Amino acid sequence: MSKTITIDELAVPFKEGQTIMDAALAAGVYIPHLCHNPEFKPHGSCKLCTVNVNGRNVASCTLPAVEGQQVLSDIEELNADRLALTQMLFVEGNHLCPACEKTGNCQLQAVAYYLGMMSPHYNHFYPQREADASHHDVMLDRNRCIYCELCVRASREVDGKNVFGLSGRGIKTLLVVNSASGLLGDTDLAVTDKAVQVCPTGAILIKRHGYAVPIGQRVFDHITIKDVQTGGGDE
Amino acid sequence: MSEQSDRSPHPIPLPQAGEGEAVSPAGDALKKIRIATCSLAGCFGCHMSFLDIDERLFGLIELVEFDRSPLTDIKRCGPCDVGIVEGGVCNAENVHVLKEFRKNCKVLVAIGACAINGGVPAMRNNIDLWDCFQEVYCYEGGLECGQIPNDPELPLPFDKVHPISEVVKVDYFLPGCPPSGDAIWKFLTDLLNGREPKLDYEQLHFD
Repeated sequence: MSKTITIDELAVPFKEGQTIMDAALAAGVYIPHLCHNPEFKPHGSCKLCTVNVNGRNVASCTLPAVEGQQVLSDIEELNADRLALTQMLFVEGNHLCPACEKTGNCQLQAVAYYLGMMSPHYNHFYPQREADASHHDVMLDRNRCIYCELCVRASREVDGKNVFGLSGRGIKTLLVVNSASGLLGDTDLAVTDKAVQVCPTGAILIKRHGYAVPIGQRVFDHITIKDVQTGGGDE
Repeated sequence: MSEQSDRSPHPIPLPQAGEGEAVSPAGDALKKIRIATCSLAGCFGCHMSFLDIDERLFGLIELVEFDRSPLTDIKRCGPCDVGIVEGGVCNAENVHVLKEFRKNCKVLVAIGACAINGGVPAMRNNIDLWDCFQEVYCYEGGLECGQIPNDPELPLPFDKVHPISEVVKVDYFLPGCPPSGDAIWKFLTDLLNGREPKLDYEQLHFD
């Protein structure tokens, strides 16, 4: 008899040690998220995956599933919070979709579409952030970084290189590069590294591949991020 | 439009036209909805996309009439039901036009990426305005005796490009660069029929 939790009235089985997010993803239940990637240890920073468990709001990517938990996820209040968080991510950076190579394949954009974001709502910060084109094959544009730390985790845990890190606190947080010059070109980052593949936005791009896929054939052109990440949407 | 659902103060009384086939049952007997449009710091791409509703324009024109708009060449906006603003705010003249629209339009719509978040023009927001002008007017090849235009009739440029919602209250946002003709049509028919405008998934995009 497997253990179960209840997510939005659906019984979802889980194995010991799984988080609520793990169980949900395995069962094809979508909980919006940006900093989580099942291949990596949870980070719990974007807070989009916040769910209500037995009356308390918690990050589903970090909370272990426990028999009998009553989880609310796809409800108006939480989706409104997720929309507000997404809008804050947009205004805190410089996310100008028409001028970004990642557009159509961007998870930040796709989550915004999924949540029905019609405007960023808040006043824009237009922060001053540096781009780094020093690497031969990889472009780093901090304007689009949402500090999910996926590249940091991938470089450290998978590539064993420790190329990226976060520096500073709060609104002054910055994605930094671990080389004496601070430039990406002076690291041993390779274009095949996991760290280059995991960016949910257009902050880390592979050079000379821009706009390779035409509009209409991109990942999120016809299919929501919910269906992409849970394998649904074909019926 | 979910986050603005509490921000539509003026539902427009309207003849109930069929969705997708906006046809007025009795032409002149009904007062037409008056619409004004303008492009501020935009490229008129959203206006071009509006024309992409193609033959549906014939159905639309049964229901609406245009006040100030590039389509009519009327220079000043009078009292209107709907104002549709393309482009962000990059200079003093943009502010005057925008305030004129807000004053005269019961419902104000921000159309396109630039009106909503500054868009491509806002890419200059992190470049010093003087550097920007020098690059364009002094260093760019092909300009002889390049000088920065300085006629008093030219509107004063701002150091940053702003979304229109940072200057006036905006009732609805229609994103896209540009929004497709179908998205504009869906939005307009929803609005004209007194429904809360809602785009289909494939019509909502930021690029």
